[in-house]
Amino acid sequence: MAQGEGMTKGRTRMGAAAITFSNASIAFRLADGGSYPAVDPTSLSIADGEFVAVVGPTGCGKSTLLNIAAGLFPPSSGAVSIYETPLAGLNRLAGYLFQAEALFPWKTALENVAIGLDVMGVPQAQAHDRAQAWLTRVGLGAFGGRYPHMLSGGQRKRIGLAQVLIRDPKILLMDEPFGPLDAQTRQIMGNLLLDLWSTDRKAVMFVTHDLEEAIALSDRVVIMSAGPSARIIGDWRVGLARPRDISEVKLDPAFHALHREIWQTLKTEVLKGYEQSGGG
Amino acid sequence: MMDRARLVTLQIIVAIVAIALWHLLTTVPVGEKPLLPPFFFSTPYDVAERIIKWFSTGTIWRHLWITLVESVLAFVVGSVGGVLVGFWFARQPLIAAVFDPYVKMANALPRIVLAPIFTLWFGLGIASKVALGVTLVFFIVFFNVYQGVKEVSPTVLANARMLGMSEQQLMRHVYWPSALSWMFSSLHTSVGFAVVGAVVGEYLGSAAGLGYLILQAEGTFDIAGVFAGMFVLAAFVLVIDYLVTLVERRLLVWRPVTAETRT
Repeated sequence: MAQGEGMTKGRTRMGAAAITFSNASIAFRLADGGSYPAVDPTSLSIADGEFVAVVGPTGCGKSTLLNIAAGLFPPSSGAVSIYETPLAGLNRLAGYLFQAEALFPWKTALENVAIGLDVMGVPQAQAHDRAQAWLTRVGLGAFGGRYPHMLSGGQRKRIGLAQVLIRDPKILLMDEPFGPLDAQTRQIMGNLLLDLWSTDRKAVMFVTHDLEEAIALSDRVVIMSAGPSARIIGDWRVGLARPRDISEVKLDPAFHALHREIWQTLKTEVLKGYEQSGGG
Repeated sequence: MMDRARLVTLQIIVAIVAIALWHLLTTVPVGEKPLLPPFFFSTPYDVAERIIKWFSTGTIWRHLWITLVESVLAFVVGSVGGVLVGFWFARQPLIAAVFDPYVKMANALPRIVLAPIFTLWFGLGIASKVALGVTLVFFIVFFNVYQGVKEVSPTVLANARMLGMSEQQLMRHVYWPSALSWMFSSLHTSVGFAVVGAVVGEYLGSAAGLGYLILQAEGTFDIAGVFAGMFVLAAFVLVIDYLVTLVERRLLVWRPVTAETRT
């Protein structure tokens, strides 16, 4: 079974919906006054403690869906609920790991991790102690004094992960967080993520275009069609046992069977996406 | 990358060649007289003698001090004003839009035409030079801070919001450091302009300072004095620029070296 059973965490119950999209759609206004329908009305529910990967071709609006869950902007129609409460404004229960560089370049690694506690009003000494502990957990205990530009891409992602998790959000939103990294670093980061996640099993919405990464990490893989008017075209449960090791799980025959099955669906959409973006 | 010793040697050779040329052209007669008449071009020897005399008698120190005070005041006042107004404009788009044509107008104005007005308003003393320097420094700092606040990476901003920052905390942890970093990156330019303001102000009417010294020499056709004043001024600016580099290294440790912007 992919999910841990009977886990109780805080006020929330296992199985309750952490994120619910109810007919949420997204349309962007264009400069010429028209409107671009990015995502058609979409319904999706992510349970508490569930790790869901959303996969789709480039430009299908999956990141936009994530931004709506984060409350960075509202859906054009429909609604989003967080633990059965309609979301208005920022999603205070969520932590967000961005694809692009999001660390504060003028703060050291330690300060970057501590900032989430800092703004909550945690005394600085205590915030720094806890940040140091988190740096150690992500394997960068000795790098607290470095500034982001002195760290590698993979190290910056680790700092980003610690920065988000130190606040202990109930929901983790991830937008192709390991996209810019090389293959080996991605695997290491994936294992680190699973390791950290397994300790308290937050609800995770993980957006990626990499199907292998999606299957290896998640409990559920949701496939989106190419935009415009993107929608969900498939929803698979990943039955692979946990704990998983990313490089080992990829050798599992069940992994291959699932990958082949999902790829059949995704392939046509990827080709469509390529055609629409002019082959690029 | 050339090693430092070799680079410095080459730089010194350039200086020696230039001075030797100057010396030859102004002292060695070609036909009847030198190619460059010493009356208009002086000679390295006369200029050196003059500089040594200024320093040995100590008359130069007062002028250097005055120019330094004017430059520092112009820099501080202009920077504080530029930071405050830049910040304010960047956070209040309506104000920025309303004042936009006037800011452009004021910035396009050659500052030198303001000098007589400042002399009338603030007299011949330090204040009128500081005012001229401020009008130069202010706009550099203002535009940089404005840009710095406007160009905070949207991802960093979204991250800050997701990390639970209030509007006030965004100011402190995001906008403020970003604006300051832009200001610091234009430090060389703004300090340079503070000195320009001071010297030009002195040149146009004053009773002391390096600009005054040069003007006095010029008024009596004392070309050696003019050149000596220019060399002292150049050395003065080099020293200040070096100090700025030290400060900058300290303040911008978090910046990758390639991101250095110099205008």
